[in-house]
Amino acid sequence: MFKIFFPNKILSFSNKLFSFLIVLMLLIVFVGLIYSLFLSPPDFTQGDSVRIMYVHVPASFIALGCFGFMGIASICALIFKIKILPLLAKSLAPAGSVFALVSIVTGSLWGKPTWGTWWVWDARLTSMLILFIFYIAYISVWKFIDNYEKANKVSSIIAIIGSLNLPVIKYSVDWWNTLHQTSSITLTSAPTIHYTMLIPLIIMLIGTILYTMIVFLMKYKTEIMKFKLDKRNKED
Amino acid sequence: MLSKKARTRIVLISFLLVVSVLVVFVVLKSLEENVVYFFSPTELYNKEDIFFNKKIRVGGLVKEGSIINNQTSINFIVTDLNNEIIVSYKGSLPNLFSEGKGVVAEGKLKDKKYFIADKILAKHDENYMPPEVSKILKKTKE
Repeated sequence: MFKIFFPNKILSFSNKLFSFLIVLMLLIVFVGLIYSLFLSPPDFTQGDSVRIMYVHVPASFIALGCFGFMGIASICALIFKIKILPLLAKSLAPAGSVFALVSIVTGSLWGKPTWGTWWVWDARLTSMLILFIFYIAYISVWKFIDNYEKANKVSSIIAIIGSLNLPVIKYSVDWWNTLHQTSSITLTSAPTIHYTMLIPLIIMLIGTILYTMIVFLMKYKTEIMKFKLDKRNKED
Repeated sequence: MLSKKARTRIVLISFLLVVSVLVVFVVLKSLEENVVYFFSPTELYNKEDIFFNKKIRVGGLVKEGSIINNQTSINFIVTDLNNEIIVSYKGSLPNLFSEGKGVVAEGKLKDKKYFIADKILAKHDENYMPPEVSKILKKTKE
């Protein structure tokens, strides 16, 4: 299964396959949006602002998930010196950073009508902002450090340090008093979100994951082509 | 088998990771007072170093039947089901402010049982359901 991440496999990924994945993703997101914007009920206290959740939760999930993978890939990259791992981590950053921003912006839009404020410095919101800053730092290092080996090392360290923030984000609402509510969906107990809202959320989550995979694969393919080109240029 | 170099790197990186986790933990632990967004009435009650002229936040549930609307101000009780505190506030309230719901008040303590707020935020909990389901739930409760 992991073979698809091997350089030669990913290069043979045809445009046809990408088109198929894109159509599938659009279909799922379309159904998800119709379900979450029109078919699902309003919430008993929030009213229609609950619909922001169908974008906010998947976006946050992807933002944390991408950085988690980047952290693991970076640790392995530093230890085992496998050449494709830094490229893999680098390719996850664009989608992850955009979704971190989406999470913060949609959260803010939801906070105003619900809490009565756009932003508070509670543990959840602050740690999420820190994650976004780590994404920016990670991407900037690749952009502004020209030496590949150096950029690789510095960005890996940023990804590893930033990963320590992930459990803090996840559990901030349980560890401290925060304005942000605790999780509605946990592994240990039944979800405290009604199934008429849970189903569209899951559809949107699947659509968002698929979208992220497509963006990642495209970026990853480009990165590998660039890497090979650089190598060939050096050899010449 | 792993090369000797790789093994040294594993040891080095695990060591650095453990150290940074400890650093993060210690920093967060020592900053706990600042990381916590609000105090519950019980936490306030047990707190020894209380500042009466420093801005703090207190949070909990708005006690049922405790809202008293005067012409100039609104008074209500914030409870965490163990301890309570009276909150007095002048100004506009968020839409979701209501009895039995979560609230965070920002302002200053007058004494341990009386809080003067200059900002009120509604706190939403993790329960999401359609209005009809909530009505049925309320009925079965009664």
